[in-house]
Amino acid sequence: MSEGILKEQFDSLEQQHDASRLGLWLFLATEFLFFGGLFMGFAVYHLVYPLGFAAAGKLTNLWCGSINAALLLTSGLTMALGVNAAQRSRAPAASRWVALTMLLGAAFLAVKGVEYADDIHKHLVPGAHFALANQPPAQIYFWLYWTMTGLHAVHLLIGLGLLAAVWLKVRRGRWIGAEGAATELTGLYWGFVDVIWIFLYPLLYLIDRHT
Amino acid sequence: MKALTYVGAWGALMAGFFLTLGLAHARLGAFYLPVAMVIAAAQMMVVMWYFMHLRVSSRLTWLFAAGGIYWLGILFVLGLADYLSRGWLK
Repeated sequence: MSEGILKEQFDSLEQQHDASRLGLWLFLATEFLFFGGLFMGFAVYHLVYPLGFAAAGKLTNLWCGSINAALLLTSGLTMALGVNAAQRSRAPAASRWVALTMLLGAAFLAVKGVEYADDIHKHLVPGAHFALANQPPAQIYFWLYWTMTGLHAVHLLIGLGLLAAVWLKVRRGRWIGAEGAATELTGLYWGFVDVIWIFLYPLLYLIDRHT
Repeated sequence: MKALTYVGAWGALMAGFFLTLGLAHARLGAFYLPVAMVIAAAQMMVVMWYFMHLRVSSRLTWLFAAGGIYWLGILFVLGLADYLSRGWLK
């Protein structure tokens, strides 16, 4: 069984597994830097336009942001438990945890959709009919808000696609145990999506709430 | 890792979440931002260490994970050194 999984350039399954794990961490490092540029932009504009950012930061939907933070942190737990079950070759448990992770991820996107509709309704989209007409820097805040949460949502959507592929395999007893690398790597990617929201949540929803 | 370890990590993450949310309403003024970022960094470490399995990964994996954060550190330290010090000399 394991001979079919081991690629010829590796000495052992363990080495192959380590290499794929390293590759994904390297990819995640580029992803952190990709988002890092936006975080850096947010930091700089927050320093340059404290008043405009303070005015804008009060208008984000705290309920939606908080519910989503709790949903995503919990999905991190269910994903880790799914990977753990897959590593122990417990296919039914792993597929249940992966399915639950997908549900939590989908719930996050649903809340995000409600929030976006609310934001659009309140004219928080930068442009001609922007709500804070007397605070031009607030438009920069919301440009960053839409870009950062939008890119995060795209990453989450990709994560859901990967999870669906993992779920289809795991429930048929594949991608677990010795051939569970793809399941574990999907878990790593999901953790990254979690980490980005951990920083977006206080920055976009909380730091200017009471200034 | 035992399932209970993951649940404990999740408990710590939720504690951090409620702490961040609660302190936002405590009127800490300018201190809130650094406090919130320290809590977020701690949460990131918990996610990476437990949920992303760094705890049971090789030292080389640790190096790769730390490398991304290190380069991010260069971006923030050098970038903010400029913008934070601009008002110092009139």
